[in-house]
Amino acid sequence: MGIITCSGITKKFGNFTALNSVSLDIPKGKIFGLLGPNGAGKTTLIRIINQITLPDSGELLFNGAPIRPSDVENIGYLPEERGLYKKMKVGEQAIYLAKLKGMSGKQATKELKEWFVKFSIQGWWDKKVEELSKGMAQKIQFITTVMHKPQLLILDEPFSGFDPVNVNLIRKEILALKEAGTTIILSTHNMESVEELCDNIALINKSNLIVAGGVDEIRRKYGNNHVEVIYRGTDPVALAGAPVTVVSDDIYKGNRRAVLDVSGGATSAQILGELIKGNDIVSYQELMPRMNDIFIKLVTNN
Amino acid sequence: MGKSKISIIIAREFAIRVKKKSFIFTTILTPLLFAALMVVPSLIAMYSGGEEGQKIAVVDGSGIVMPYMESDDEYIFTEVTDKSVDELKGNFDNLDYFAIVGISPMDSSKNVSVVTYSRKQMNIDVQNRISRNVEAAVEEHKLKGYGIPQLEEIMADVESDVKMSTYTLDEKGEEKASKVEIFMIIGYIGSFLIYMFIFMFGSMVMRSVIEEKTTRIIEVIVSSVKPFQIMMGKILGVASVALVQFFIWIVFTLIIVTVAGSLLGLDQAAQTMAAASPEVPVEQITAAVQDEGDGFIQALKDVNYAGIVACFIIYFVLGYLLYSSMFAAVGAAVDNEADTQQLVLPITMPLIIGLFMMLHTFQYPDSALSFWGSVIPFTSPMVMMARIAYGVPAWELALSIGVLVLTFVAMAYLSGKIYRVGILMYGKKPGWKEIYKWLKY
Repeated sequence: MGIITCSGITKKFGNFTALNSVSLDIPKGKIFGLLGPNGAGKTTLIRIINQITLPDSGELLFNGAPIRPSDVENIGYLPEERGLYKKMKVGEQAIYLAKLKGMSGKQATKELKEWFVKFSIQGWWDKKVEELSKGMAQKIQFITTVMHKPQLLILDEPFSGFDPVNVNLIRKEILALKEAGTTIILSTHNMESVEELCDNIALINKSNLIVAGGVDEIRRKYGNNHVEVIYRGTDPVALAGAPVTVVSDDIYKGNRRAVLDVSGGATSAQILGELIKGNDIVSYQELMPRMNDIFIKLVTNN
Repeated sequence: MGKSKISIIIAREFAIRVKKKSFIFTTILTPLLFAALMVVPSLIAMYSGGEEGQKIAVVDGSGIVMPYMESDDEYIFTEVTDKSVDELKGNFDNLDYFAIVGISPMDSSKNVSVVTYSRKQMNIDVQNRISRNVEAAVEEHKLKGYGIPQLEEIMADVESDVKMSTYTLDEKGEEKASKVEIFMIIGYIGSFLIYMFIFMFGSMVMRSVIEEKTTRIIEVIVSSVKPFQIMMGKILGVASVALVQFFIWIVFTLIIVTVAGSLLGLDQAAQTMAAASPEVPVEQITAAVQDEGDGFIQALKDVNYAGIVACFIIYFVLGYLLYSSMFAAVGAAVDNEADTQQLVLPITMPLIIGLFMMLHTFQYPDSALSFWGSVIPFTSPMVMMARIAYGVPAWELALSIGVLVLTFVAMAYLSGKIYRVGILMYGKKPGWKEIYKWLKY
């Protein structure tokens, strides 16, 4: 049983169907990628989980029980379109938002101070948000999303607006939160971070759920069982002893690069055993399709 | 849970406004202004009089008027016998006269005509005084012409001294001094303030909703609190700012007026004025001032201030609640303040209509228009305020307040629906049709 279980969630706005009978299970303690093109219905689903919008039909379970208004205190939400009160001081504002999530003022102050130390931004407490740069404000926004220690964290494009150093900082925080048992729903168009961070994904297109499952499982499913070998040598690779077909074999940055089709059931041991005989192997890897390609393929074919 | 969250929102809405410099500024300055409005007219009355001892030349062609021209500190009437009006006029700048009064010889029916010349416009008091004096002189001269014996005694006896006091009878048959002017002033000021404050604090709510929408913080907050609670929290937060401000204003104004009153010794104003006119016995003037004042002060004392202030607060709060929920819905429907103009029209129209009705009601508190205006919830805060000083039957008050409360509840429900959808909608400015659809989402 996941932390969130949707069954048959449908939501219409007038004549427009935003979600069409979507059923999903979001496992506890994992990072779950919610993917889909713009306007697919992701935001509607996120708003339904946040109880901002009510579904027309379908059931939503939180920890196995129908979701209640008080469950919002166990959810942290970083919307894609986000902002803070410009004229309010950073510390005051973060405490206000934490109180709305059910924390006491005292608890919130203590927690917030720890976060300020962690991000080394102690000097910002009495600054007004309008005095901060966009990246600085984003950091505060991230802290306000997670400081009430939610069981479920919903992050919509969490890396937008950050420089690479801060992207790394936030990435590390996300992984640390996962380590601590938080379930994270990550909605993003950045497929690299999906490959890197997500355990499971769901792809929504035109109001329908198209695909859901483990990231590796999906990548394998949509791949064509290719492996890539980079080796030093001048001759094309000879692989008499393994059930493979050579897809390509070319010069690649001073070495040679061969792509092999292993649909025949060849194991890595078999392939490497053959290769090692006459070649100096630089690298060997399963050639999984990029999430990016799967995304484009699924969305355009749909 | 819900309750405490709404109170967190109210607390923030209250705190951010009360901490603003502009709030502190207006809260302190306004009572000074109120007090000035109350104290300054008395001060002006005390020290007015303009330039003293201005000479007015009188060329009395009739020979009967001059004894009636009474001089005082301000104006000294001087008879000129050796020059004509035209000579004086021609030489005006070299002579030290403020004005020239020329009185013609008596005509066949023993009437005279008067011309006055002056460089500066003569004020109405002096003009009245001159014409009164001349009339008195002519009348008396004519009367004397009839040769009635003991005329002076008869005149003294006939001299009328009519004081007018108007009373209205209340239901218990007790009379109360009714100074319609006071009721009119109270009604007018009360309604106008209600109109102004509803507008001011209502649009404050609207701007605040737009701000949350444009900064996009609303999406974060709405994931913690129900939209209706956010809206009501904001409305109530601003209401508490208004009430605190009123309270401070009332207390400060009372303090300043009391202190200023005792420091400046306004009570002595009457005596000072009396002492300034030496020709008339002081006691007589003081008595007259008190006579004149008695009815007025009595009427001022008879005004049910506590009742009026209570009504003001009730009608401000309810009217504000009704209108601010509409303002909140409009704020939610648009992306920026520039887009509000069209949508805000149905809010400002009834407010302005209420204000116009009030301009009728404060003079005719019991007309049918005044009655209906004080029952219809969109105009009742202004119109009822204009009636309240005159006394309004309890059932009408109850009806008016009841209708207002019910309308607010209905309006809050509808506005809540528009607000809920609107705060998450960006982009195209919605039309009426669109907003109507939102009611059904």
